[in-house]
Amino acid sequence: MPATFTRNPVDVERNDTGIGGKPPYDRRPTGGGGDGENWENHPQGRGGPRELLIRYRLGLMFALSGDLMFFVALVSAFFVRQSTGHFDVYNHYTTDWRSLAVPPILWLNTAVLLLSSVTMEIARRQLFHEIDVMEEWLGLGRPAVKRAAPWLIATLGLGLTFLVGQWVAWEQLVQQGYLLSAPNPSSNFFYLITGIHGLHLVVGVLALMAALMGLFTLKKVEFRQIAVDSVAWYWHTMGIFWAFLFVLLVFFQ
Amino acid sequence: MRRALGKVFTTDHRRLGVMYLLLALAAVAVGTTLSLLMRFHRVWPNAVIPGFGVMKPEDYLALVTMHGTLMVFFVLTVAPQSGFANLVLPGQIGARGMAFPKINATSFWLTLVSFLVLISAAHLTAGGAPISGWTSYPPLSALPAAGPGQGLGMDLWLVSIGIFCVAAWLSALNMLATIVGKRRAGMTWARLPMTVWSWLVASVLTLLAFVVLLAAVGMLFSDRHFGTNFFIPMGDMINGQVVGHGNGSPMLWLQLFWFFGHPEVYIAVLPGMGLATSLFANFSRRRVAGYKMMAGMLVAIGLLGLLVWGHHMFVSGINPYAGTAFAAVTMAIAVPSTAEVIGWLATLWGGGLRLRTPMLFALGFLSFFIAGGLTGPILAQPSLDVYLHNTFFVVAHFHLIMAMAGVFGVFAGVYYWFPLMTGRLMNETLGKVHFWVSLIAAYGTFLPMHFAGLAGEPRHYDRLTGPAMNFTALLPLERGITYSALLLAAAQGIFLWNVFVSARRGRVAGVNPWESTTLEWENGEVPSLIERGPYEYELPQGEGGYHPQWESPVKQE
Repeated sequence: MPATFTRNPVDVERNDTGIGGKPPYDRRPTGGGGDGENWENHPQGRGGPRELLIRYRLGLMFALSGDLMFFVALVSAFFVRQSTGHFDVYNHYTTDWRSLAVPPILWLNTAVLLLSSVTMEIARRQLFHEIDVMEEWLGLGRPAVKRAAPWLIATLGLGLTFLVGQWVAWEQLVQQGYLLSAPNPSSNFFYLITGIHGLHLVVGVLALMAALMGLFTLKKVEFRQIAVDSVAWYWHTMGIFWAFLFVLLVFFQ
Repeated sequence: MRRALGKVFTTDHRRLGVMYLLLALAAVAVGTTLSLLMRFHRVWPNAVIPGFGVMKPEDYLALVTMHGTLMVFFVLTVAPQSGFANLVLPGQIGARGMAFPKINATSFWLTLVSFLVLISAAHLTAGGAPISGWTSYPPLSALPAAGPGQGLGMDLWLVSIGIFCVAAWLSALNMLATIVGKRRAGMTWARLPMTVWSWLVASVLTLLAFVVLLAAVGMLFSDRHFGTNFFIPMGDMINGQVVGHGNGSPMLWLQLFWFFGHPEVYIAVLPGMGLATSLFANFSRRRVAGYKMMAGMLVAIGLLGLLVWGHHMFVSGINPYAGTAFAAVTMAIAVPSTAEVIGWLATLWGGGLRLRTPMLFALGFLSFFIAGGLTGPILAQPSLDVYLHNTFFVVAHFHLIMAMAGVFGVFAGVYYWFPLMTGRLMNETLGKVHFWVSLIAAYGTFLPMHFAGLAGEPRHYDRLTGPAMNFTALLPLERGITYSALLLAAAQGIFLWNVFVSARRGRVAGVNPWESTTLEWENGEVPSLIERGPYEYELPQGEGGYHPQWESPVKQE
């Protein structure tokens, strides 16, 4: 039985076999587990769909922690560069950092990306509705997929809009004379930060497309859930990263 | 054809572990050869090398760069962690396999590609290998015109390291997901073998450190090709011409690189520490003294290791107060390290030591760990480092602890887990010869370097005499070091012979030949619930002597 959310309280059936004998068989509908270190209730043999989902989420969380550290490195370099300077002949500490006013379209792009997180989350939740999932699991059509797919497509559209908007922002900057190769450090960093984030978002868009395809090609409902769930958490993380990076570029120069 | 491809592109963690170890073996062979060329050149600078000619100073620097890169990345990051953990980790925690086998395989192939790209940087480029050291400081590394090999060679080096960083990130997330999520029922944190703790901490460090290197390498590549200016200072001149524009900062590279670089050396040595603990328990038939403290100290070393990177930068012009802060934290690392050593000594003391080859190498690890570690607090003091920075004192320090302790950890692992890889035991006599010759030759190579460093002999200079210096008084010392190094390298031939002959014709090992308690030695069914600790040795005589971890706690008759 795949992982589901349910509003009904779940009855835990546990036959206590008394002292000795085998541990009780866990018959909870989610496949059991999820109890932390409660080994007595740990199901024997392979974990169920919930365990697989948790393992993928765990792997993704570790991957994104590494990614977070990557962005921390870039942001640290940003702050260090911003405050790098020297004492001039008048004993004043001068830096050569000239603040770069972000193109106003960036505000729109931010709104678009945050909205895409909303649509992504709606899509993700559609795939965990208990009744729909149960019907899919029983082979009675694909109601969860039918609900989730439009929201995924919406997310894809908004994501692509964001990327196009970022490109437009770059074009605007180039026209103002701020190139990647400009001697102005804030220019270097603007392109570096938005570029790296943009690359991550391109990966996210490709993953979204793969998940969308997977919704129609993957055979097991738990794999469909895992695909969309993983992409959703990645997408949200990229949105949160962007929120921080945006605040950095706008308010911390 | 499909079956052959399936065997090559395997996702079986045991096979991948062996493949990683073979990759490390190739790297160490190349790296050792390069180091011998360096040692040879220092003592006979004007000798003609057959097939090459006379070595110029820039060739020497290319050797330094490739030697460092190969050894630090492809030997000491690959073998103790990716190699052994893939071989043994799932077995030790009672898991069926790693959490993400395909990601595991991807990580290996990326590492291999990275290795090949690095080799191509040295051999397939017109300018040859880069000369900016494994630390690749700008502006030397940022400007193609700055030296031979700094063009395409440097670019390929950057690409190689970038790929390696991605591979390391994938490997670390796989290992962490495995350790956190795939332990068998009953394998609580307090029942993990110390090796698993060490891989856990090393994986966290890998996850946090390598991505910073990736960022730095990307920024350097951008400086070289996209016209940015992160690292090149204003007014930098090459051959009378100003290069670059804007005012970048080489210091920024140092900060980023060493934020990676220091945890990297702990990644290299922590698995050896965990293995040493396991082997001491196994071969002295004792429980680990203070298991929770030992595990906690591994975590403490890992944590502190993230906070000390500035001690590589004491003389680079950082704020002296920052130097003080870094010095204090660096000296603080001596505390958990000493606690580990005391724990090892407590485990060993009074135990009936079974001096088999893996145990000898673990003891050798302990010896080098202490010897190399003692010079750490010396170098940790900025006032002393002002003199000792970039002298051979530093070279002695890190070679004793990384090259010798780290590598002895790898040797110990190979001898110990050889039966798991091949079902046979390695030859004990050859192993003992290998151990003693290596130990003595290693001390002969690296102890005198302390004196050379104290005499002021600088690193990275290809010979002892030059327009501004004359260290010919050290020539006898240097010759002694070179001879020792040659002996050390020759002794590894014994090891290689032992490995490849024993794999075919070694004595067949029974099940659990070392009478170990850890789960990877269980041949049959691992129970579905683990109820014993990892090191339950020390039983009264007549009861079989130990309780393997797969045994149930009910007394077996």
